[in-house]
Amino acid sequence: MTIVLRTQNLTKRFADILAVDGLSMQLEEGSITALLGGNGAGKTTTLSMLLGLLKPTSGKIELFGHDFIANRFSVLSRMNFSSPYVDLPQRLTVRENLSVYARLYGVKNIGSRISEVVQEFRLEAFVDRRLRKLSSGQKTRVSLAKAMINRPEFLLLDEPTASLDPDTTSWIRELLDAYRKESGATILFASHDMREVELLCDEVILLRQGKLVEHGSPESLLEKYDHKTLEEVFLQVSRSELKE
Amino acid sequence: MNLTLSIGRISALLLRYVYLLRSSWPRIIEIAYWPTMQMIIWGFVSQYFSASSPELTTGGILISVVLVWDSLFRSHISYTLSFLEELWSRNLGNLFVSPLRPIELIVSLASISMMRTLIGMVPAALLAIPFFGVSVFEIGFPLLAFFFNLVFTGWAISQFVTGILIRYGLGAESLTWVLPFLIAPFSCIYYPLDTLPEWMRTVAEVIPTSYVFEGMRSLLLDGVWRADLLLTAFLLNLLYFFMGVGFFFWAFNSARKQGILLQSGE
Repeated sequence: MTIVLRTQNLTKRFADILAVDGLSMQLEEGSITALLGGNGAGKTTTLSMLLGLLKPTSGKIELFGHDFIANRFSVLSRMNFSSPYVDLPQRLTVRENLSVYARLYGVKNIGSRISEVVQEFRLEAFVDRRLRKLSSGQKTRVSLAKAMINRPEFLLLDEPTASLDPDTTSWIRELLDAYRKESGATILFASHDMREVELLCDEVILLRQGKLVEHGSPESLLEKYDHKTLEEVFLQVSRSELKE
Repeated sequence: MNLTLSIGRISALLLRYVYLLRSSWPRIIEIAYWPTMQMIIWGFVSQYFSASSPELTTGGILISVVLVWDSLFRSHISYTLSFLEELWSRNLGNLFVSPLRPIELIVSLASISMMRTLIGMVPAALLAIPFFGVSVFEIGFPLLAFFFNLVFTGWAISQFVTGILIRYGLGAESLTWVLPFLIAPFSCIYYPLDTLPEWMRTVAEVIPTSYVFEGMRSLLLDGVWRADLLLTAFLLNLLYFFMGVGFFFWAFNSARKQGILLQSGE
């Protein structure tokens, strides 16, 4: 199996705070992996380093076989990202935003690709409306559409279904799964929604105080901790931190 | 520092600023509004002085220097405001996870700055003809040299301001408006260089704009085209622009180390 992402001893220190502590992990091509952890566990810091927005203090990131830290530009066009903490320009319409990002990612046949993502994410009703006029759920869908505009081989998502209603969450989940199956893309996402993780992920990485404390399939973790839900596993691991 | 450029990515970002501009007609009007107001006010000042002190207004110099100085201010403001739009809309994170390189961002911002500066300056310069009988276009080729030098100074200042903004965030926003005026007293816009006290003259010697305005006075008052002054201004601008780009890259890398790019915004 091809390894898309490999990190070795990835570390990020902010002054006296060790945000990520020697994280070593690898993601296989076509896998969906959830990055779990409580607040301040290092999920967003890890995602930021994997996106090139944050320079690691030490360690290695290898993406598609390239040294990502030394030259991130060689692989950035093969990736994409969505996060509720980063917005798209609010004064531009949905179509204008998608058009700008399609060009930034060097997408071919921009018009037809925009039509595809508009249809996939059900944006037809407001595609020519400015972003600032949309509800938070609609904005999340636009952000996901932007993340898919270049058909990324590696997709990083920070809380992808935040602000979505259960019905929309369900079809977005199906859509991501279908995209993975159809394209062979690798997906890494941070989430607090354990139900979503159970339904969607092949692998789970659990972080605590910047360290990887658990790694495995949802089924193997349920078996190891003898629980019925991942939420119970998450709580047990989080509370064990308090006892230490 | 990777200096490879993609026309596709530069035009993508340029398109983003054009979309922004056309999304609001008051913005387009505003771009032309301030230079026109400046021209009208200084036009009347010029008319007033022409009766009592005609040497101050020969060849429409007062209106010409006001318009040319404004091109520096407009180019800087247009550049920096476009960058601020990315901070205000919390879009920097999306931009910098795309294949867009910082140097392409600089080229895009400079391109939209030039576009906005021309939208602002050309109507003001055209209106000066019927209003006050002054046509800066009669200056001919030297006008382009004066104009581009000042636009270049504006971009050099913008490099430092955007560097500070990317590193320290919107708390430093007011520098956008303040910094160009720091060099105004040394630029000798409305008065000759020898008006300044000795120490200020020494400072003015390293300010490119002082050479531009000395060159303009020489051309409009004495009819002498001083290419040497324009060349000195250009070389100084080149120096400051590349120092500014270096500072922007330093600030960008520093922001990447501190994790500021994802948090940028209001």
